[in-house]
Order: sequence, then C-alpha cells, then structure tokens
Amino acid sequence: MVLLRLVYIAFAMPNAFENLDESQVLELLRNGDEATFAQVVDQYSGSLLRLAMAYVPSRAVAEEVVQETWLGVFEGLARFEGRSSFKTWLFTILTNRAKTRGQRESRYVGLAEKTGMDDDDAGTGVDLDLFIQAGTRAGHWIEPPHAWDHGTPERFALSKEIGEQIERAIAALPHTQRQVITLRDLEGVSSEEVCNIMGVTETNQRVLLHRARTRVRKTLASFAKEDSESLQ
Amino acid sequence: MNYNLKQQAMTYMAGNLTCQEVASIITEYLEDAMPFSTRLRFHLHLGLCFSCRNYLKQMKYTIQTLGKLPTEPIAPEIREELLRRFRHWKKDNP
Repeated sequence: MVLLRLVYIAFAMPNAFENLDESQVLELLRNGDEATFAQVVDQYSGSLLRLAMAYVPSRAVAEEVVQETWLGVFEGLARFEGRSSFKTWLFTILTNRAKTRGQRESRYVGLAEKTGMDDDDAGTGVDLDLFIQAGTRAGHWIEPPHAWDHGTPERFALSKEIGEQIERAIAALPHTQRQVITLRDLEGVSSEEVCNIMGVTETNQRVLLHRARTRVRKTLASFAKEDSESLQ
Repeated sequence: MNYNLKQQAMTYMAGNLTCQEVASIITEYLEDAMPFSTRLRFHLHLGLCFSCRNYLKQMKYTIQTLGKLPTEPIAPEIREELLRRFRHWKKDNP
C-alpha cells in the first residue's frame, strides 16, 4: 500500500495538472488552489502576452493587459460555464481588455498604423511580383517555387535568427492580420473560434489570414533559398 | 496559333486556373472553405503543375513553423504579483 502510494506520488503527481480535465482545473481555481493558479499562469501567460502585443503598441502595455486579463479571470470564474475551452475563454477576455486599452492608447496605435501598412494597402494577398502580369503567359510563375526540404519547419523553428525574422515579419503586419495569424497559426485556435474571439466574419478572417500567411511565407522563402544554395 | 491552342488545352486541363489564381485561393483550400467544383479545379491544376505543388507545400511548412514558435514567459515580478492577487482575491471572496 505504502509502495503504491510512493509510486503514485513519484509518477502521477508531477503530471497531476496534465491529467486533470478543464472542469477539474476550474474547480480547483474556484476553490482558490494557488498551485493550480500558478500552473495556469505559467502555461498561458506567454501566449496571452504574445496576443496582447498584436493589439497594443508596447510590451509594457501588453504586460498590463495580461495582468488585467488574469484579474478578469478571477471575476469571471464563478460565471464561466466551460462552453468554450479555457484557453479560448482567456483569449476572449484578453481581446476585450486589449481592445479597450488599444482605444485608450489610440494616439500611439494611430501613429504606428500610419507608419506601418494599413489593411487596405495589403492588396490581393498575392505576391503580384511573383507572377507574369501581361502577355500570353500572364498568371504564370516568374520564378517557379522550389521544393523546401523535408525538415524545414523543424529547422526554422530551431533557428534563433529565423525565429526573430518571423517575429519581425509578424510584428510588421497590419494589426488585424497579426491578430488573426497569432490566434490561428501560432496558437492553433480553430477558425470558428477566431471569428468569435475577434468578432469578424469567417470570410473576413480568412482574407486576413491569407494576407498574413502570404507575407510570412515570403520572409521564410529567403531563408529556404539561402539554405539550398549553401548546400551546393 | 499552334502554340496558343496548346496553351489553351493545357489551361483547360489545369482546371482553368492560372498559377496566380491558385496562389490567391490557397488559404480557402487549406481552410477547407472551397466549393466542391473549385476544389476539383484546384486539384486538376496541382496535378499538372509542380510549381504550385511546391508553393502549397511551402505554405504548409510556413504554417507548421508558425505553430512551433516558442512563447516568452512573463516577467517573474508580474507572476509573483498575480499569485499575490489571487491569494487576496480568495481571502476576500471565500
């Protein structure tokens, strides 16, 4: 019996949180279990900060929004019914707080938007300069895309330099594009939930996502090319 | 004339989509938001066009890469502050 207990403590306890389903986690939070709260804070705060950065002009403000989000979680815990996932609920609270905050800081956001690209400038979401634009071969690739090698996503993800370049490319996107790609591709939220969180239509969401992905692919393409050349 | 005919036939077999059009609707394809007929034409084009197959693969790799980007943890002071607030919240709302 004692042995069983020890085995339980040794193997089950470190994973205790992962083995709990969300309703159990919520119950522990409602009961004021601090260890559980510390674990959800550690698990989700990085994602919350990353999403907040897509709404507000500085890291300092984003950090405040993340704090406000957690305070919103305390207030909402009793009412949360678990109809969405916990993560989606967090993103919804954060989005509402960040929007309010963004409006208050609109002077700064406005400035950033003037220097950056506006959503309307983002064109068709196609790299027009990749295609022949006139003549009988219009619509064909100027330079046909080459195959990226098999381990590309892993290699890109492991490279600090490329990671920074991707982050820079995402940060340079118009706000709404950045919000959509952060939720959909960086966080893996379903498109339906992205629409709910952001309050946009499915079509609008897809257009924004398409433009954002097209831009980021272009950034990655320069690294993929360099890589294949360096092999020669 | 002969060249034009050949070109037209190829275009027809390739689903009547240009490469530029394929690139412009690639997210609809990936998000499974494409009408059946368009999907069919999309597939016809891909079947004949290795460039667009490569482009589709590049897009998939881009998405996979984005899903692997690590997040940065929040500052330890903020974490401590949040834990402190949680303790107080529970004390005030038992």
